[in-house]
Amino acid sequence: MAAVTETLDTVQSVTQSGYKWGFETTIEMDFAPKGLNEDIIRLISARKEEPEWMLEWRLKAYAAWLKMEEPQWARVDHPPIDYQDLHYYAAPKKKAGPKNLDEVDPELLKMYEKLGIPLKERAILAGVDPDTVENTQVAVDAVFDSVSVATTFQATLRKSGVIFCPISEAIREHPDLVKQYIGSVVPVADNFFAALNSAVFTDGSFVFIPKGVRCPMELSTYFRINARNTGQFERTLIIAEAGSQVSYLEGCTAPQRDENQLHAAVVELVAMDDARIKYSTVQNWYPGDSNGKGGIYNFVTKRGACRGDRSKISWTQVETGSAITWKYPSCVLLGEDSVGEFYSVAVTNNHQQADTGTKMIHVGKGSRSTIISKGISAGHSNNTYRGLVRMLPSATNARNFTQCDSLLIGDQCGAHTVPYIESRNPTAKVEHEATTSKIADDQLFYCRQRGLSKEDAVGLIVNGFCKDVLKELPMEFAVEAQKLLAVSLEGSVG
Amino acid sequence: MSTGATGFLQRYEGLAGRLPGDSALRSAAAAAFKASGLPGGTQQRRIEAWKYTSLRSVAEAKFQPDTAPRHEVETVLAGLMLLDAPRIVFADGVLRSDLSVMPPTGFARFADQPDFGTLSWPDREPMVALNTMLAQDGAALHVPAGFDAGIVQLVSIATGEGDFHPRHSIRLAKGAMMTVVEISAGQGRYLLNTVTEIHVAEGAHLTHIRLQDEAVTAFHISTTYAGIETGGTYDSFTLNLGARLSRTEVHAQLSGAGAIVHLNAAQILTGSQHADFTTVVGHAAPGCSSRQTVKNVLNGRSRGVFQGKIEVARIAQKTDGYQMNQALLLSPDAEIDCKPELEIFADDVKCSHGATVGELDPDQMFYLRSRGIPDAEARSILVRAFLAEALGAVADETIRNRLETAVGQWWERQKA
Repeated sequence: MAAVTETLDTVQSVTQSGYKWGFETTIEMDFAPKGLNEDIIRLISARKEEPEWMLEWRLKAYAAWLKMEEPQWARVDHPPIDYQDLHYYAAPKKKAGPKNLDEVDPELLKMYEKLGIPLKERAILAGVDPDTVENTQVAVDAVFDSVSVATTFQATLRKSGVIFCPISEAIREHPDLVKQYIGSVVPVADNFFAALNSAVFTDGSFVFIPKGVRCPMELSTYFRINARNTGQFERTLIIAEAGSQVSYLEGCTAPQRDENQLHAAVVELVAMDDARIKYSTVQNWYPGDSNGKGGIYNFVTKRGACRGDRSKISWTQVETGSAITWKYPSCVLLGEDSVGEFYSVAVTNNHQQADTGTKMIHVGKGSRSTIISKGISAGHSNNTYRGLVRMLPSATNARNFTQCDSLLIGDQCGAHTVPYIESRNPTAKVEHEATTSKIADDQLFYCRQRGLSKEDAVGLIVNGFCKDVLKELPMEFAVEAQKLLAVSLEGSVG
Repeated sequence: MSTGATGFLQRYEGLAGRLPGDSALRSAAAAAFKASGLPGGTQQRRIEAWKYTSLRSVAEAKFQPDTAPRHEVETVLAGLMLLDAPRIVFADGVLRSDLSVMPPTGFARFADQPDFGTLSWPDREPMVALNTMLAQDGAALHVPAGFDAGIVQLVSIATGEGDFHPRHSIRLAKGAMMTVVEISAGQGRYLLNTVTEIHVAEGAHLTHIRLQDEAVTAFHISTTYAGIETGGTYDSFTLNLGARLSRTEVHAQLSGAGAIVHLNAAQILTGSQHADFTTVVGHAAPGCSSRQTVKNVLNGRSRGVFQGKIEVARIAQKTDGYQMNQALLLSPDAEIDCKPELEIFADDVKCSHGATVGELDPDQMFYLRSRGIPDAEARSILVRAFLAEALGAVADETIRNRLETAVGQWWERQKA
């Protein structure tokens, strides 16, 4: 339990006393030069007080990354990214933030209001510097709130033996666990962005659920409060030992302001015998303005390994933000009778581009997977489902069911479906369905006739279209996600 | 003699000046082919359109066309059970008037009047570039406005170890009708690399049936470009039974309102056969419809591939696109790879695709076995039932019977 106590202490020290200075705001860090080279990686590793093996691991990833080319196969279009023109270790975010709510984009504030976000959370989400005099009270209150909540939660988690801490802390405090699992699901040279992340990641979470433990709470609420700490190159590792269960929610329904345009996260999940991991994401990063200027590039590698028999990994995602989303949460179904699930809603509006989907790799006998994907395109956006279902010769009696539906709103957007189906076992059964349609005029007429405004009607119809996915979200987020869908599509009709 | 792309390029150099038609077009194709090489050949660059089919075996094979007449041609021809209709017979890529029964009008020979057409993309498709570079003969069939040309058989018989690159062109003027039955067969370890260009004008109707029953040691590549104008119909069905490796690629462009395209296919494979059915349907005008039912029956260590892309342009409102892909794996070593793809830029459309992969239904097998039907027979019945839906798309009864006979013969060969 000592480790957990330390986790708690660290969290407290960071959030309570030192938050406005943070342990990351030493002078050297603020002035870490732009660009990526071995020295920067050594600096990151040193700042994080990492053991030697971790540094070597990072350098190996960097060496692999240097030899790789940025993937071109996704249906996304952006100016070339200059990887030497980025800060890989610096924390200038706070300085660039607005001084108070008056300086925040009124559009953003309007959106918070619509989503029903409490006033003090709005300031934090908008990136208002808690250090500014005008706003100190609000910000500090919010921080105090989260600390007290976090403390209570940490005590509960500690009691059940769950480890939940920043990944950098886990590398220091639980090196054996990290060493055993990190890179075992997403190898360092898996793809261009995963290699980049492996070399330079600084933030992220580590979750370890011991044998037979059912995590006493959704790890969502806690994370939401901590959402402010999310970084550019996040690394998340979740390990569920035999018979354990955990539900984890990443992200937040509120649109978040962020200085970093490029995000390249890696998430690795490991489920042993009978373990279950439910990973839910609500992604609403800044999508750019209505002319497609600005916005986050979100290049994410997420993969879960169902290593144990009867293990289950379930991905649920609601993707409404980011200028570019490049993301394929996948499952490698190794265990017998293991289960993989992917439920996705991806909404694109204005000039957003989303290329997202999943891979289900069936290795184990009797493994099963379900893919439900709902893509909604509006404005000038492009929305692509790209997925793979692979049945290996060992996947006797494996099953897959896939349904991909696309909805187009307006005649300037695009909806695309690119599924790959590969089967090498006759007893394996794969079923795939895809449809593309628009909101029918008679559906709209029916709603309008009953006094709903055009936008409410669209919101209602879209929520019906996404119902199969939204019902998979943890309760409180399902409600927010519904509102979010309506807000994201505002202005796309009529 | 060199193999692979180099071998083909050397042949082109040797023939330069003696090939019919536009030499600038040929040299551009040669340049494109030199740059691309054979997909999966020595060049390491991966081409997404050839993800599941590698032509490494083609690149490694030595092809040597010889000009000596071969008596096998007559033997193969006699076994083809041709219909009582005009037939245009090509043997080893060259027109054989003595074996043909010419249609009364509308036929021209590529060797005499080379027509490369306007729809093909030698710069994008390596095998089309290869054909454009080396094509020497082929058939041009033109049906005048309002005329029903009936059934015309286009027969290819290949023998020996040569490579043949026929170039066909089929044009139907306004309101014309025709049924083309294309049959290819042979003996040997040859490569047949055909390019066909099809124009279906306003209100015209072309039925295109293909029976590919090549030698199981041969390579068969066929690329078709079809342009269909307002209210026209291109109704095609492909049955792939033979060849060690085959690829049937169809690009159909619906360029006028209300045009219709059907690209149906069945592939029945065994041993280590590989058959790839790849289609791209472009909806470039409003109110068009496309239908596809593609079935694969895979035995032995065979591999079936289906790639089907439907592109709907912004202007193509009221598009109706449907695609069904089903595969039956009869052996633990067989493999199916499919990639049904939708690319949609118009909002008022109805597009759907479905895919299923699995083995014979054990309940149905049990039902038949419990009635005393032997295992092989029961499997045959169920597989034929599975294929019936695809073959049912062939409207002409005589032609459908011919295809069913071919499937029957295939089963007999399996038993032997």
